[in-house]
Amino acid sequence: MSTDVQHAEPGIFRKYFFSTDHKMIAMQYLFTGMAMALIGGFFAYVFRMQLGFPNQYVPGYGIVTPGKYNALVTMHGSIMIFWVAMPVLIAAFGNFLIPLMVGCDDMAFPRINRFSYQIFLLSAVVLLSSFLVTGGPFGGAWTAYPPLSASAAFNLTPIGATLWLLAVVLEFVAFLLGGINFTVTTMNSRAPGMKMYDIPLVVWMIVLASIIFMASVGPLVAGAVMLLFDQTMSTGFYDPTRGGDPLLWQHLFWFFGHPEVYVVLLPAMGIVADVIAVFARKKIFGYKTVLYTTWAVGFLSFVVWAHHQFVAGIDPRMANIFSVTTLLISVPITEMVFLYIATLYGGSIHLDTPLLWALAFIAEFMIGGVTGIFLGSSGTDIYLHDTYFVIAHFHYTFVPIAIIAVYAGLTFWYPKMFGRMLNETLGKIHFWGTVIPFNVIFIPLFITGTAGDQRRVYSYAQFAEQSRPALQHLRTTSTIALLVMLSFQFVFLFNFVWSLRKGKSAGANPWRSNTLEWTVPSPPPHGNFAELPTVYRGPYEYGLPGRADDFFPQNVPD
Amino acid sequence: MSATAKPIANTRSATGIPTARLITWWVIASEIVIFGGLLASYVMHRIGHPEWAESASHTLTWAGAFNTFVLLTSSLCAVLAHKAADAHDGPRAAKLLRLTSLGGLIFLCVKAYEWTIDIREGFVLSSGGFWSFYYTLAGLHGLHVLAGMIIMLIVAADAAKNQELQRVECIGLYWHFVDIVWIFLFPLLYIAR
Amino acid sequence: MLERYVTAASTYAHWIDYQFLLIAVLVGFWLILAEAVMFWLIFKFRAKDGRPTQYITGEEPHQTRWITIPHLVVILCDIVIIVPAILVWYNIKQVLPPADETVRVIAQQWAWSFQQAGPDGVMDTADDIRTVGELHVKVNTTYHFELMSRDVVHSFAVPAFRLKQDALPGRTITGWFRPNRVGTYDIQCTQMCGIGHALMAGRIIVETPQAHAAWLLRNSSPGVAGQQTPPAAAMDAAMAMAEVRQ
Repeated sequence: MSTDVQHAEPGIFRKYFFSTDHKMIAMQYLFTGMAMALIGGFFAYVFRMQLGFPNQYVPGYGIVTPGKYNALVTMHGSIMIFWVAMPVLIAAFGNFLIPLMVGCDDMAFPRINRFSYQIFLLSAVVLLSSFLVTGGPFGGAWTAYPPLSASAAFNLTPIGATLWLLAVVLEFVAFLLGGINFTVTTMNSRAPGMKMYDIPLVVWMIVLASIIFMASVGPLVAGAVMLLFDQTMSTGFYDPTRGGDPLLWQHLFWFFGHPEVYVVLLPAMGIVADVIAVFARKKIFGYKTVLYTTWAVGFLSFVVWAHHQFVAGIDPRMANIFSVTTLLISVPITEMVFLYIATLYGGSIHLDTPLLWALAFIAEFMIGGVTGIFLGSSGTDIYLHDTYFVIAHFHYTFVPIAIIAVYAGLTFWYPKMFGRMLNETLGKIHFWGTVIPFNVIFIPLFITGTAGDQRRVYSYAQFAEQSRPALQHLRTTSTIALLVMLSFQFVFLFNFVWSLRKGKSAGANPWRSNTLEWTVPSPPPHGNFAELPTVYRGPYEYGLPGRADDFFPQNVPD
Repeated sequence: MSATAKPIANTRSATGIPTARLITWWVIASEIVIFGGLLASYVMHRIGHPEWAESASHTLTWAGAFNTFVLLTSSLCAVLAHKAADAHDGPRAAKLLRLTSLGGLIFLCVKAYEWTIDIREGFVLSSGGFWSFYYTLAGLHGLHVLAGMIIMLIVAADAAKNQELQRVECIGLYWHFVDIVWIFLFPLLYIAR
Repeated sequence: MLERYVTAASTYAHWIDYQFLLIAVLVGFWLILAEAVMFWLIFKFRAKDGRPTQYITGEEPHQTRWITIPHLVVILCDIVIIVPAILVWYNIKQVLPPADETVRVIAQQWAWSFQQAGPDGVMDTADDIRTVGELHVKVNTTYHFELMSRDVVHSFAVPAFRLKQDALPGRTITGWFRPNRVGTYDIQCTQMCGIGHALMAGRIIVETPQAHAAWLLRNSSPGVAGQQTPPAAAMDAAMAMAEVRQ
């Protein structure tokens, strides 16, 4: 019983801005992430308008000059990965769900938790401030290769480049602190009776993601300090004229950069697993195997990084090793996907909005996964590197991760977070209005990439082979599909806001789910549990024969 | 803000390891990767640049050696502080923590003096590959020493009142880590040819 | 399959194209199979009143074999893909066939410049030909390229040759190509290099030995720079762009 906790109602400031309550901190991360998504999405709108309708005035923005184009794509990439995917998937869902799902009253270190959000918010402010400085925001791509990123003489954005770098480092610190909190809480603060294999997959995945993040970001923090010094203190860590090496940055960056994609993938897969279990009313097929494959993926993710650098000037012999490891990592991931599909067998599938999103995740992610093979195969990567094929590949992985799985999670846990149900009809309209256009955006880009369209160029006017009308038609189609997809997001925003007041009252467990968060009121009170639960079984006991109900909550005694 | 009581989450221990110690190990783990990355970059560059040995010969080895001795001694104080905390002798633990902090202060003062000499001789951050790494590595380490000192004094303030004694061990662990990083840095920066 | 979208004009273009096709067939098969199975399961096990769900742990051997066997077949497919992939890579990037000719390719913000031996057939002599934005080569001739950068990381790419190699400041990277089809093809820069990145276009003109010899004679005279061509105007455009900046 949390008898020691303050019961006086805190003032607005303390309740909303200085709260140490994990649920409030989750909301802070969620809304910050959503706001940044609007900005990152707006940037995509602008640069795709330039690509679809070259050199035309873009409504709401203006003319896209080459310098602005580079800044737009740089910021789009950086924002979507660091200020949308990570805060929403890891920090928002992690913060909200972990204490509830493991059956305790808050995170192990609530004040460190609050501090990590404050650092995160600062990182977002620093990034956005770079739009206002002389020279404008950094435009050297989210990968920021030196010497371009190290020298203002090359990048022409002296202040913007440093602000971008500082923002990224602050974001790393925020997630190190946050991730450590999630890990310790999950390891130690579990309800009595909750053994390792009784932990829901979404919690496992967020914790594993945090560990992978922590194990991979260190060298890049070091690299960022060195880049910062190159930018501001005339050092030459990456300057070949001063004995430095541009490739050092690349290795440090990608040593983090590759595990990072699994850092965001894992929470998405965790959400999808939990949603499938509930809406197919079915035990996960091979829960332990899912964990083993996840550990394998996590480990292998540290030995594939140079597949981003095949043609970068590394020793060509190294490329073969990394090509093998890259194809190797496709094996456990494929297995994970098969396990999820196998979970559907024998289920009782209710195609409610959350499950539509979860299934769409699998269908679309598989396309992303198989197209990765073309890039992991070093021979074909020679041609495909830095083309739109790469962009289409990673959007077929990242959009399922950062958008589709997020919507699965939001539509699933919204009732718990806000005490109201979202409107199902609007949910389905939003779903189809997102998923169908998504494919129409990126399939043309697979084609233009195969046809040789290179990345990060604002116009193909200088390239005869890329100026064929057929290719421009594909680019324009892609842009129009994006406009459609963006419009449908307003359906979700409306649904979200409207349902806060007008949605049907949710009750504690509208989805008839087993996990502990559904045993408390919606939304949960401060302290979460009136009586802290004891756990008697795993989270996926659905369809247990011999019981009246098709579910069996974790906290109900045998 | 008023002292919030600790959540139940903080007091549970499904692994048997106290939460405070567990989080300290995770913090140390993430720091190891940061320093490891920086050190690995340095070592790889050093191997590729044999001429750096000449630059390295200008480091003040006596200062580095003295500082190694200072840090090791201060770590001993931290161990004794932990023992005192285990025996629930808060005031003694606080005294020993403050001594440890003093060791950190001496370390930083010696370093300040050492760097003043280096800079006067013309060796600054931008003086070339070796010196860039030297100042970055030692500087990052120095920042961690400073941060450790500050946290240590805060823990000591509580320990003197016999409060939060479990933190004495944790800050001690962190201090040992800072010490060990220096044990790596010293030979690689000051001695290696 | 790639040839549908982009011309193949070098000897190794076809190796990469075949590798692409091989991967497309194998992953295409798996993708379609997996999607079909998933949609079939969604349909077959959609919620029906009165039909309870089955309690399947997925840990019994007769259940796990549905995962293990496809898993092993996937590994097999991976091997079938990786072996030729490495062979293709090895033959393009690790092997340097003996050169008939050499060209120097210099990348900078924001243009490509080239240096070739003049009529004397020797590089770094007075009659060398230096061009900006345009490279003339002979068909059915093996070239080594020596790639350098003057400032940031660039990347020398010729889609029609399926050629790509990053150019790093501070080092010279050697590669090769052997054009086998006469024509004019794009040169792209495929590594973000600043605001003029999209203007770093070039052209590579593959011509018959006779045409090439004629071009050589027209263009070589000691110390005189090669012809200015439209893509070189990219340099001026880039300068103007730098002034306009944001």
